[in-house]
Amino acid sequence: MTITTETVTAPPVKVEGKLYTNRYLVDAGHPHIKVKPHKKPSAALLSLLHTCPAGCYSQNDKGHVEIASDGCLECGTCRIVCAPTGEIEWSYPRGGFGVLFKFG
Amino acid sequence: MTEKFDAIVVGAGPSGNAAAYTMAKAGLKVLQLERGEYPGSKNVQGAILYSDSLEKIIPDFREDAPLERHIIEQRMWMLDETSVVGMQYRSEDFNEEKPNRYTIIRAQFDKWFSKRVREAGAVVLCETTVTGLIRDSHGKVIGVKTDRVEGDLFADVVVLGEGVNGLVGQQAGLRRELTPDNVALAVKEMHFLPQDVVESRFNLKGDEGVVIEAMGTVTKGVSGLGFIYTNRESLSVGIGCIVSDFAKTGATPYGLLDAFKSHPSVKPLLAGSEIKEYSGHLIPEGGYRAIPDVYGDGWVVVGDAGQFVNSVHREGSNMAMTTGSLAAETIVKLHKGREDFSKKNLAAYKKALDESYVMKDLKKYKDIPNFIHGNSQTLFGLYPRLLGQAAQSWFRVDGTDKRTKEKEILNSFRKGRSIAGVIGDAFRFARAWR
Repeated sequence: MTITTETVTAPPVKVEGKLYTNRYLVDAGHPHIKVKPHKKPSAALLSLLHTCPAGCYSQNDKGHVEIASDGCLECGTCRIVCAPTGEIEWSYPRGGFGVLFKFG
Repeated sequence: MTEKFDAIVVGAGPSGNAAAYTMAKAGLKVLQLERGEYPGSKNVQGAILYSDSLEKIIPDFREDAPLERHIIEQRMWMLDETSVVGMQYRSEDFNEEKPNRYTIIRAQFDKWFSKRVREAGAVVLCETTVTGLIRDSHGKVIGVKTDRVEGDLFADVVVLGEGVNGLVGQQAGLRRELTPDNVALAVKEMHFLPQDVVESRFNLKGDEGVVIEAMGTVTKGVSGLGFIYTNRESLSVGIGCIVSDFAKTGATPYGLLDAFKSHPSVKPLLAGSEIKEYSGHLIPEGGYRAIPDVYGDGWVVVGDAGQFVNSVHREGSNMAMTTGSLAAETIVKLHKGREDFSKKNLAAYKKALDESYVMKDLKKYKDIPNFIHGNSQTLFGLYPRLLGQAAQSWFRVDGTDKRTKEKEILNSFRKGRSIAGVIGDAFRFARAWR
């Protein structure tokens, strides 16, 4: 009997299709999360590229991390991960705006 | 609004609703603030409702609360890539007059609870985000700032039921920042299926329901849990892992969810479903050691904001309601006795918590989060694999004699973990569990 330890790698999952099912009221022009200007992103900030459950974070061709918060689920993961580095400004959307869970 | 309230409650989840309801019912002038369009629109849970904690607040809740299915069966699964080793408990005894646990859909349940809160006399203001606390010159909390025009609101006491990502209390310095190793991130999808399909797939009749909880290689060797809960005509399907582990493994939350959904034992249960929502939420899992100060001059903390979650038993909503009502009872008593809401007087809330199951359970499991997190590769990777292989060897009839099979199984554990390692794990687990 053999014990295998390697994991099967599946093709990367796209999150956009999942977010498509959600309802949002976007507060245009008032993003509730901002990435502060930076030269080189910390490991914590870079980890958000895969840790954010809504895939809001991406890296541009200069290597800077950017956020498009429209699909944000308002979980707070990025705020906690980057609290020690201070690279993110995080507030809740204005009352009534943001994700609107039909089921939750 | 310049009028002053007896109490302001921040948040309209289970803890805030329990607090607002209890205080309003006792005749206090209560204002409750909720940032969502309606109560529940920002709230996410698996979700299981534990009757006991709600029954103590609203004894007749079963009459009109939006309950999905009462739970008669629990399956605990240990997964490797191709197999499940599991334990199942199903009992006709759970088909009782007043069932103990129900599946619920939070957006609907929270709306119902909020209606009860308003009927009890509280003012509920939605689409209002609380942005800070207002203190007097002695540092006592006397109200909250909101994002409404002329949004300063005043009360004798503020109840913070603002949830796990509680910015108000955290930014006011009432508690430390959450750390990525003390909090789990869970994502969930709502899978809709016809009612009769849910019932036939899960062997159910009427309003009966099943809970499946799964651990193992599906979280890639880090601590985490997948779940499937049966609702009336949908399944709540999700998975959660400790936040700091996502950074370590490079896995995405939605990637783990899809891997769980495509496990050969899960996939057939979901076949043909229509997904109508994808949500994500944090769960405070630091346990007893992570509980912050829960009271001070003019304020108390209830629910997830106070880290009241028993991650071993996956209980949180019950603790939210219990802590909300215990805080409210303390406030009502002080109000009726015309005493002030000083830190000294509000200490009665902590005393009530200590005497309740909330603190007793959290204290019992105080070492479990560290144990699980420190041994995650073994608990969530190695053991599920070893057990799966052992079960397969045991059940496969292939001409190999049983003594040789036993020897092979023992050797696989010896090779994988060493006998001393297995005994050590058991010992450490027992010590943490005690």
